[in-house]
Amino acid sequence: MKQKLTKWRLLTVFGLLALVLSGCGEPFLSTLRPAGEAGQIAYDLMILSTVIMVGVVIVVSIMFAVAVIKFRRKKGDDSIPKQVEGSHTLEIVWTVIPILLLIILAIPTVIATFDLADTKAMDKKNEDGTTDALVVNVRASLYWWEFEYPNQGIVTSQDLVVPTDQKVYFNVKASDVKHSFWIPAAGGKIDTNVENVNKIWLEFDNEKASEAGNIFYGKCAELCGPSHALMDFKVKAIPQDEFDQWVTAMKSTKESTPTDPEAAAGQEIFKQKCLSCHAVTAADERPEQARLAPNLANFGDRELVAGILEHNEEEVKNWLEDPEKYKPGNKMTGTYGELSDQELDQLAAYLMGLKVEQ
Amino acid sequence: MAAEEKFSPQTWPVSPEQATLEGKNKFLGFWFFLGGETVLFASLFATYLALKDSVPSPDHALAKDLFELPLVFLMTMLLLTSSLTSVFAMYHMKNYNFKKMQTWLFITVVLGLAFLACEIYEFNHYYHEFGHTFTSSAFGSAFYMLVGFHGGHVVFGLAWIIALMIRNAKRGLNLYNAPKFYLASLYWHFIDVVWVFIFTVVYLMGMVG
Amino acid sequence: MSTIAHTQKRGFAGTVWEYLTTVDHKKIAILYLIAGGLFFLIGGIEAMMIRIQLAVPNNDFVSAGLFNEIITMHGTTMIFLAAMPLLFAFMNAVMPLQIGARDVAFPFINALGFWLFFFGGLFLNLSWFLGGAPDAGWTSYASLSLASEGHGVDFYVLGLQISGFGTLMGGINFLVTIINMRAPGMTYMRMPLFTWTTFVASALILFAFPPLTVGLFMMMFDRMFGSGFFDVAAGGNTIIWEHFFWIFGHPEVYILILPAFGIFSEIFPTFARKRLFGYSSMVFATVLIGFLGFMVWAHHMFTTGLGPIANAIFAVATMAIAVPTGIKIFNWIMTIWGGKITFTVPMLYAVSFIPSFVMGGVTGVMQAAAPADYQFHDSYFIVAHFHYVIVGGVVLALLAGCHFYWPLMFGTMLSERLGKITFALFFTGFHLTFFIQHFLGLMGMPRRVWTFLPGQGLETGNLISSIGAAFMAAGVIIFLINVVNTQVKNVQVGRDPWKDGRTLEWAIPSPAPFYNFKQLPLVRGLDAFWIEKMEGKTEMTPAEPIGDIHMPNNAFAPFLISLGLFIAAFGAMYQVDDKPWAIPVLIIGMAITFGSMLYRSIKDDHGYHIHKEDLLDDADKGGTR
Repeated sequence: MKQKLTKWRLLTVFGLLALVLSGCGEPFLSTLRPAGEAGQIAYDLMILSTVIMVGVVIVVSIMFAVAVIKFRRKKGDDSIPKQVEGSHTLEIVWTVIPILLLIILAIPTVIATFDLADTKAMDKKNEDGTTDALVVNVRASLYWWEFEYPNQGIVTSQDLVVPTDQKVYFNVKASDVKHSFWIPAAGGKIDTNVENVNKIWLEFDNEKASEAGNIFYGKCAELCGPSHALMDFKVKAIPQDEFDQWVTAMKSTKESTPTDPEAAAGQEIFKQKCLSCHAVTAADERPEQARLAPNLANFGDRELVAGILEHNEEEVKNWLEDPEKYKPGNKMTGTYGELSDQELDQLAAYLMGLKVEQ
Repeated sequence: MAAEEKFSPQTWPVSPEQATLEGKNKFLGFWFFLGGETVLFASLFATYLALKDSVPSPDHALAKDLFELPLVFLMTMLLLTSSLTSVFAMYHMKNYNFKKMQTWLFITVVLGLAFLACEIYEFNHYYHEFGHTFTSSAFGSAFYMLVGFHGGHVVFGLAWIIALMIRNAKRGLNLYNAPKFYLASLYWHFIDVVWVFIFTVVYLMGMVG
Repeated sequence: MSTIAHTQKRGFAGTVWEYLTTVDHKKIAILYLIAGGLFFLIGGIEAMMIRIQLAVPNNDFVSAGLFNEIITMHGTTMIFLAAMPLLFAFMNAVMPLQIGARDVAFPFINALGFWLFFFGGLFLNLSWFLGGAPDAGWTSYASLSLASEGHGVDFYVLGLQISGFGTLMGGINFLVTIINMRAPGMTYMRMPLFTWTTFVASALILFAFPPLTVGLFMMMFDRMFGSGFFDVAAGGNTIIWEHFFWIFGHPEVYILILPAFGIFSEIFPTFARKRLFGYSSMVFATVLIGFLGFMVWAHHMFTTGLGPIANAIFAVATMAIAVPTGIKIFNWIMTIWGGKITFTVPMLYAVSFIPSFVMGGVTGVMQAAAPADYQFHDSYFIVAHFHYVIVGGVVLALLAGCHFYWPLMFGTMLSERLGKITFALFFTGFHLTFFIQHFLGLMGMPRRVWTFLPGQGLETGNLISSIGAAFMAAGVIIFLINVVNTQVKNVQVGRDPWKDGRTLEWAIPSPAPFYNFKQLPLVRGLDAFWIEKMEGKTEMTPAEPIGDIHMPNNAFAPFLISLGLFIAAFGAMYQVDDKPWAIPVLIIGMAITFGSMLYRSIKDDHGYHIHKEDLLDDADKGGTR
């Protein structure tokens, strides 16, 4: 009985070891591979608390193991052990030591809490109302994300683009039900509430970003409906100069007719069936209530279709044919009628051509 | 045994509500119940304070537009007086004077009914004059929930006291029903205390701004 | 009024009627055990479905919408309808005996509490057959639950409201029982730890359930009657729900874990043959945990955006709870230190509880560090943490309690051999399932996800976790076989079957006679029965001569009152759809409830007496009836 247990414990230990060896998760996703300052602050605190707590677990386990092994009743031993009432000294010891340990943990906790909440840079407005700090307004909707850059005057969706090596500030809110904005590798999450705007900052190191292929995964971390699990987004973290180029390119997106005839036909369908919700220019000046669906100005540059499907024409067509199959409960299903195979081809060609990157 | 025993003013115990184990249990249990009720009303007050200025549009009526001191003052006086009359009733209960106890309880009930009538008039007035309803705004929801829960307690308290009066009209006091009368009166005091808070937090603070 | 008339006769129908009308705390305990056990199995099946769905990426064993219903019902069922009622079963069965009481303070209310819980739970689970279960999570955050279509969330709101009233009544009953009904000499500081934890948990129930009630009322009004508490367009605010839910929800955790601590605090001394180490500091720690439990609710809301000041305060307050909990852990270890340990099944659960619970506890402290919690929150790390405390603490205590108190409740003893197999399977499965989930969370897996995509490094962990769940299920099945086997064989084991019982409940025949103590015992110290045994006596010294015993009559009203609310709930729910029959049903239901209440208060019920002579006749028959 006992031996079986020890064996299982051993197995668990080996399993753990294997895990540690295989790394701490993927660099684009794991909280254990922080990509910047905010993530690092959380990570340091996680490590500090883990070290203290593993220490506690070890002490308790040793005491426990000794007690359980040493004081087993032998067969036939019917004696009554000494009835001990307690010990004041011991009580004081195991009250004071935990308090000391907790103080060691509490001080950095409080400091870090205030550090991570420091978004004063967002309030330092220039005369024209812009800020020196990069600000992104994040808006979460049933199962997609919108990212608005108020200083730059552009809007994009699903793929957040940020410059590396500087603090990026976020205003986050939700437009329907509560979601939560989380880029695990970059730092902690913050809820997108329906009644107020929350603020947070994150930072992406250039080095760490290139390790992760310049792409990080973002998640919705609050149950929001059937497709909560599929409400992913991506973060492209690129150097400042590339970011500036991207902004310039985004600003100049307009509804031009593509040269390819198939794509041009696709544009016609798009105008009839999609344009009332989806915009194709990044400088979208409509109020956010009118922006009912993801902005598609740079759809061709996306990492994944709808945040979850591989990025190619085939999957675009699959998605357009039956979005419900891929994201149950989404708001797009049934809003644009049936599309013929030809229409699907044309739309996909048009959409994939919406690019700002070369 | 003790429950149905006949008493005279001389043999009647000093604390009839706690003279039996059942009475003692009820007495203590009811105090705990009132503890839970206190938390319940505290939660309602917290909700009200959080939502008292929350209306969908600026033209919707707010607390300062609605309340009128004279009516609310009258209601407060009615309920405070009814609390006093229930104290008199309990005084006579402790002295084994069933008739006088019933009389004072009757006055308590009349005052309670008058309070209810005022409240119904008040709600009706808000509805017709201001369009202020349970569904018109978050403020409306919180207001009617808090004041309405209190009103519901008044209704229940009245029903309880009336039921006790009718049920025991013929047989007078004994150690079985003394705790019941006592607890009903305790409940009535609690309702009164809650109203004092509503008067202060909702009406007075509402009128100040 | 009759005397012991209802102690003999009756066939099957008679037994059913007896249980429908019983006000005997020992029978109510059995009702709680059966109903709670049933809901535990339902919740367990839901858990298995979750783990099957998540065993491999992109699985479609269940659909996305159904998955959300399953997780919601799994959480709600396990907390409200399984863990709490099962603890109530032990409180009812054991606590009155432990303090040497003949009965609880309010036998009628006790029965009412059970039936309210039962009908509330039944109502909630009927949602599966009536258009879909609630799907907004057991926390049912307001914006999502208002947006949720169908009647699922209505079932949640009304079902919990009804069963919540039942729990509140149970809490008040236990409080008064412990204060007023203790045997002569049973001072507060001589009360067994399980009684103490029952006491503190009941106080928590009393103060924690009203905020939930208010929250549920607001949700009900918003969903069914058009109010605007959580409707942002009307000026409402959904954060209010979060506050109320967690002002209730955090103490709820202690409502569950404190009685579990109590059960273990009884088991350790019994099987180590040594009195509980540091009794008074254990009592102090229990009270302190209960008190602090109300100060920390916002640590569930660190990411809600309450600001750094609130987050810092609640972070530090939360860490403080580790201190009294630590005191308890060390006192338990010191209790077995120097003892003579026998590894019976209850003791196996008890010793394995220590490392399991410590692991759940330390991750709790880690989450108290707010900035770290920004990462942990709503990830699988949290899932791992709360299963470590709830399964590693509460469920192990329930299983231990089943084995330990089975003789007390039924007079029979569960098989030790099967019990050990259950233990091995369950314990292994538990660690296998949940340990790995810490890492899944850290590697970026959010909780409550219906599925996950391949290529994110999450495949292995999820598969291991699902395999572990199968072990737990196997353990539970063997436990059920054990129960059936034991009850079919029905070997009565008599008084003090563990031989080392220390407290009053073991001093009388098992199962206890319906009047519990023929003569109230005289308590001379902590572990009252042990003191007598050490002086060579086999029974307690009586504190009174044999006399008539006053007993309450059975009553059908508790069943009817609860049934009325159950019926009314359907009316309230379907009036939203403008069904013509809905309002009449609502009225009929309320009429049944208030009618039964009125009947109860108008009709005098003085109970009856067991006469001295009958008690003397009963003297040698023991507790078997």
